[in-house]
Amino acid sequence: MAAIFVDNLTKSFNGFKALDSVSFEVGEGEIFGLLGPNGAGKTTAIKILVTLLRPSSGNVKVAGYDVVREADKVRRKIGVVFQEPTLDLELTAKENLDFHGRLYGMSREERRKRIAEVLELTGIKERADTLVKNFSGGMQRRLEIARGVLHEPEILFLDEPTLGLDVQTRRKIWDYIENLKKKGVTVVLTTHYIEEAEKLCDRVAIIDLGKIIALDTPERLKSYVGQLLTIEVEGSISACSISNAKIRDSVIEMSVENGEEAIPEVVRKLQSEGIKIKSVSLRKPTLEDVFVSLTGRKIRESGEEWKFWLRMRRR
Amino acid sequence: MRELQGIYVLWLRDIKRYLRARSRVLGSLGMPFFFLIFFSLGFRRAQIPSLSLKYTDFLAPGIIAMIILFTSVFSGISVVWDRQFGFLREIMVAPIGRTSIAIGRILGGATTAVIQGWIMLIASLAIGFSPLLSGLLPATLFMVLMAVAFTGVGIAFSTLMRDFHGFQIIINFFVFPVFLLSGAIFPIEELGNLAFFAMFNPMSYGVDGIRWSLTGYTEISPVYDFLVLGIFSASLVLIASYLFKRTEV
Ligand SMILES: Nc1ncnc2c1ncn2[C@@H]1O[C@H](COP(=O)(O)OP(=O)(O)OP(=O)(O)O)[C@@H](O)[C@H]1O
Ligand SMILES: [Mg+2]
Repeated sequence: MAAIFVDNLTKSFNGFKALDSVSFEVGEGEIFGLLGPNGAGKTTAIKILVTLLRPSSGNVKVAGYDVVREADKVRRKIGVVFQEPTLDLELTAKENLDFHGRLYGMSREERRKRIAEVLELTGIKERADTLVKNFSGGMQRRLEIARGVLHEPEILFLDEPTLGLDVQTRRKIWDYIENLKKKGVTVVLTTHYIEEAEKLCDRVAIIDLGKIIALDTPERLKSYVGQLLTIEVEGSISACSISNAKIRDSVIEMSVENGEEAIPEVVRKLQSEGIKIKSVSLRKPTLEDVFVSLTGRKIRESGEEWKFWLRMRRR
Repeated sequence: MRELQGIYVLWLRDIKRYLRARSRVLGSLGMPFFFLIFFSLGFRRAQIPSLSLKYTDFLAPGIIAMIILFTSVFSGISVVWDRQFGFLREIMVAPIGRTSIAIGRILGGATTAVIQGWIMLIASLAIGFSPLLSGLLPATLFMVLMAVAFTGVGIAFSTLMRDFHGFQIIINFFVFPVFLLSGAIFPIEELGNLAFFAMFNPMSYGVDGIRWSLTGYTEISPVYDFLVLGIFSASLVLIASYLFKRTEV
């Protein structure tokens, strides 16, 4: 049985379709990624899966239960880390965790053990008794993650989990997520960190303007675009005999299925046209390239995520 | 069992936050306490035809009811804060029913309101109020009913608000009229034609019930007070839970 089943899901806000006929399934124990630019509909999808928003139409099941009719059963199976802050600022970190543990029916002993574990995991042990309103943005984010995994849910939803975290903490979280997978936990995460999606996810759905435009393992998605071959030539040229080449002044770019085999052939062709080659470079594609090749746009300008995070915190 | 645990946790959170916010607690007691001091001073020699009681003894229960009204409506509305700071989402995905969430909030808000009422009761002793000791228990019962009802009102308001823009409107066009039309400061009878409206004001019954308990003086009747407040608070628990169920976050 699939852990998550989404069939023809549409969500409209006053006529605007934030999600448009989206369908996918997530298997038990799988790490599934939703990758897409701002406003693609990732958070909307997560909110529907965790029973906070009702679908406009379509069929959505989590752990075998319908998210509308059996919402309370779904809630017993899941853990969520939201994109936006959801902590009680007037309580300490530990109190936030303890509150969560009690809400999820954990015994005193379980709570004590798990709270210590997640504080360790997220590296906020020393600040456990500090009021959350005195936490920095990154520390609050870590606490959100600690809380989301506290009760060891069967299915975990992470909406941009590592947004605004330093590299070290991010690594630690990634390791933890990979460990969860070994325990059979199903994870759905949204991200715009290409690296995060590639490293963690078994399968990735690329989502844009409310639609899934591609869904596969990271490797297969990347094989769609092939490898990127960039050739720098002397002088500037306007045409060459290679059919799928993009030419900008003195740079020729093309995508090839197998770079190592293609290079000699391409070089020979260009030389026979009298073009002098300065350098050749071959680059393995990233999921960013996949997105660009599908939409002609970038997922997110780099550096923007920090501004985004700050804007959110300031509300 | 799980639901009870959920209700308890939400209640506990309200109490923790209340105990922690000492300055806010004192602040909210300030205005009613000054009302109490200066009104009882200013009107101590005034002749109110329909009043056979020392004015301080008349006023003190009214001020106790006032602090309960304000505290409980505010703590109900504070759900809007939880929505704005996102904490509501943490609660809404937890495996407890929406009704339990509403009840937990109502009980938490009501408890803090009743504590505030008691603080005011004790403070009023300092300005010469001498309540009937036998009335402390029934007075507390009326305080609880009032607090439950008006926390429910606050929660109902909160589900209709997206942010705090409507807050001022609720204070000026709900809380104050309810307070002034309740017989808290002067007898309902003195309201003339408006006395009719006071009979539709649940707060009037709370004021009268608390006053009857603490002084023996009543304008309505304690039995009516109890029945009206009981029905009102029960319906508000239902209405607040219902509205809460429909909110999306
Ligand atoms: N409550 C709402 N009312 C109206 N429009 C909404 C609402 N929530 C989301 N939207 C719109 O739906 C679209 C998808 O939003 P969503 O938050 O799901 O995007 P996202 O993929 O999570 O983006 P980001 O990377 O910025 O988090 C956006 O255009 C957004 O403006
Ligand atoms: Mg989002």
